[in-house]
Amino acid sequence: MFNKKLVIAGLIIFVGIITFPFWFNQAKVIAPPEVKLTERAKEAKECVLPDKLKMRGEHMQLLDVWRGTVVREGNRKYVGTNGKEYEMSLSNTCLDCHSNKADFCDKCHEYASVDPYCWDCHIDNPKETK
Amino acid sequence: MKRNRREFLKLAGITAASASVIGVTSGLTIAEASGSGAAKPDTTILAKNKKALTAKRWGMVIDTRKLQTASDIEPLIAACHKIHNVPEMTNKNHEIKWVWEEEFKHVFAEQEHELVNERLRHLPFLVLCNHCKNPPCVKACPTQATFQTKEGIVMMDFHRCIGCRFCMAACPYGSRSFNFKDPRPFIKETNKEFPTRMKGVVEKCNFCAERLAVGKQPACVEASEGAIVFGDLDDSQSEVRKVLNDNYTIRRKPALGTGASIYYIV
Repeated sequence: MFNKKLVIAGLIIFVGIITFPFWFNQAKVIAPPEVKLTERAKEAKECVLPDKLKMRGEHMQLLDVWRGTVVREGNRKYVGTNGKEYEMSLSNTCLDCHSNKADFCDKCHEYASVDPYCWDCHIDNPKETK
Repeated sequence: MKRNRREFLKLAGITAASASVIGVTSGLTIAEASGSGAAKPDTTILAKNKKALTAKRWGMVIDTRKLQTASDIEPLIAACHKIHNVPEMTNKNHEIKWVWEEEFKHVFAEQEHELVNERLRHLPFLVLCNHCKNPPCVKACPTQATFQTKEGIVMMDFHRCIGCRFCMAACPYGSRSFNFKDPRPFIKETNKEFPTRMKGVVEKCNFCAERLAVGKQPACVEASEGAIVFGDLDDSQSEVRKVLNDNYTIRRKPALGTGASIYYIV
C-alpha cells in the first residue's frame, strides 16, 4: 500500500469525526421532555384520538388529513372513533384546549428536533409574544 | 453444457411462471400494507356542518345605487380585512387587499368613454375576486394551491402556495396580492380564529368560505345592509336570481369569457 501512514491516520481521523455524536454524548442521558397539560386538557381526559400514544405519534397525519379536507372539501366537522364531534381547526380546537404552546407543543418538537411551520400562519392561543 | 431448443423453452417457461407468481403475491402484500396505513384513523367521519350554507354556484350582486360614497364602502372593506387578518402595509407596493375601492374607468375599462355619466365617473365601486366560472388563475397555478370548490368559490390553499405569482399574472382583475414581507407586524388587530399568512404567499378574497361553513353570510354582505345580495346563481328561486331578473346588471370584462360571479347594478 502506498502512503500507508497517511491513509491510516486519515482513516482514524475520519472515523473519529463520523462517530463524534456517539462518544461526545456517551455520558449524558437526555431525558424525554415532560409535557404539561392545561387544566382544560386534563379535564377532557381524552383527545381527538382516544389513544394517547397514537395522538403523540400520529397527530401530524391527522392534521394533514384535516387541513386537506377543511380547505379543499369544505368539511369542518370531525366525528372521532370515540363518537365525539370536533370542529377541525388547529387554532380553534387543538390550540384552544392546548393553549400552552411553549410547554406542550414546543417541548416535544424541540426534543425531536422538528420545526413545524404551523405557527407561521396559525395563531397560537393565547398569542405568545416573542 | 449444451441445451437443445426443447430444454431451453421449458426452462424459460418455468422461470416466467414462477416470476409472475412471486410478482402477484408480493404485489398483494404491498397493496394490503398500504391499505391499512396508519395515517388514516378508522371509522371517523369528516363532514360539513349542519348549519353550513350550500349552493351550486355562489354569486353576488352589488347595488352601486346604495353604495354612493367612499364612506359607504369603507365599513365593508374594514369588516372583511379585520376578520381575515389582512395587514395594512405601509409601503404601497406591498399592499394587500381582499376587497377594495376602484373608479369606473378601471373597473369597467371597456365601457369607459369621455361622456360617461357624471355619477358613474365619480362613483366608488367595490371590487373583489370575481370567483369566475372559468378561472384563469386556477389554470395558471402549478401546485393547485388555487382551485375551484364544488360550490364555485375560487379558493386558495395557502399550505400549497409556493409564491410563484403565476395566478397574479393570470388574473385579469388584479384580485390577488402577494406577501412581500411577513404580514404579522402590520395587522392592527388580530382575529385569533382566522390564520394570518406568511411571507411569500399570494392571498385574495375567499368569499368567506369559513363563514358560509357556519351558516353566516360573507362579512361584506353582512356589513352592506342590503346593498350586496349574495346567493346561489344556479338556483332560479334564490334572491340573487330575483335581483338579477329585476335589474339590469353588468359584469367586469365579459369578453374574456371568465364568467365572473360578481354582478353590478349601475
